Amino acid sequence: MADDIKPRLRVPTSAKKGEVVEIKTLITHPMETGQRKDSDGKIVPRLIVNSLVVTYNDKPVLNARLEPAVAANPYMAFFLKVEESGTLKFTWTDDNRQSWTAQSKIDVA
Amino acid sequence: MIASSLTRRTALMGPLVAIAGALVARNAFATADQAKEWLAGHARGTPQSGKVTLKAPEIAENGNAVPLTVSVESEMSEKSYVKAIYVAADGNPNPGVAVFEMTPLSGKAEIALRVRLQQTEKIVAVAEMNDGSLYTASREVKVTIGGCGG
Repeated sequence: MADDIKPRLRVPTSAKKGEVVEIKTLITHPMETGQRKDSDGKIVPRLIVNSLVVTYNDKPVLNARLEPAVAANPYMAFFLKVEESGTLKFTWTDDNRQSWTAQSKIDVA
Repeated sequence: MIASSLTRRTALMGPLVAIAGALVARNAFATADQAKEWLAGHARGTPQSGKVTLKAPEIAENGNAVPLTVSVESEMSEKSYVKAIYVAADGNPNPGVAVFEMTPLSGKAEIALRVRLQQTEKIVAVAEMNDGSLYTASREVKVTIGGCGG
């Protein structure tokens, strides 16, 4: 199952200096809440992506801490003010401390 | 002052909680008080209303993934920015939804996500500014099919 987990990004490749751009992220993850029961009536243990950390040129942009109330395949869209060209890095971490990373470059024209 | 505002709010919430409790008796769900407690555990102080906008559908047919956008009025400069946004829901098994820590690099204090709602309930967001002031808003979403499994 863990093999199906894949981050997806929608980030512009270029921006004007000072432009505020929208960043969209999604990671395919079941986000087991720990409330659901399987067909045998046993509770499926909680396993969620509990954190997404985003940096731009290693400076913090967003630090999201998620609870089971975040829907499966957690989608998040937020904004970034681009003052210089750089690399946007994303790290998702789940309850098993497994993590997935992605990155995307933005050029300031 | 804090105590008096708490009692007033609790008094207002009372009937709502009673109704919610009557509808869902099979499981222990968070109450408005627990949602408030969770938020207070993250953001100390008494939030004032304003500056925060919650965008969500009035009626969600499926509670498994309810689109929610939280935005906060702020210039997002080094001098004045939103440090964190705390989101809770008062009818889920646990009140917490998410915490978003931000910096002036965001440029705009707005975040969109999808949340699970077990039942018709209220989403509450508190924004903490860099000067420590707190703002809050809430929004009720009517849910046809709950989204917490079980």
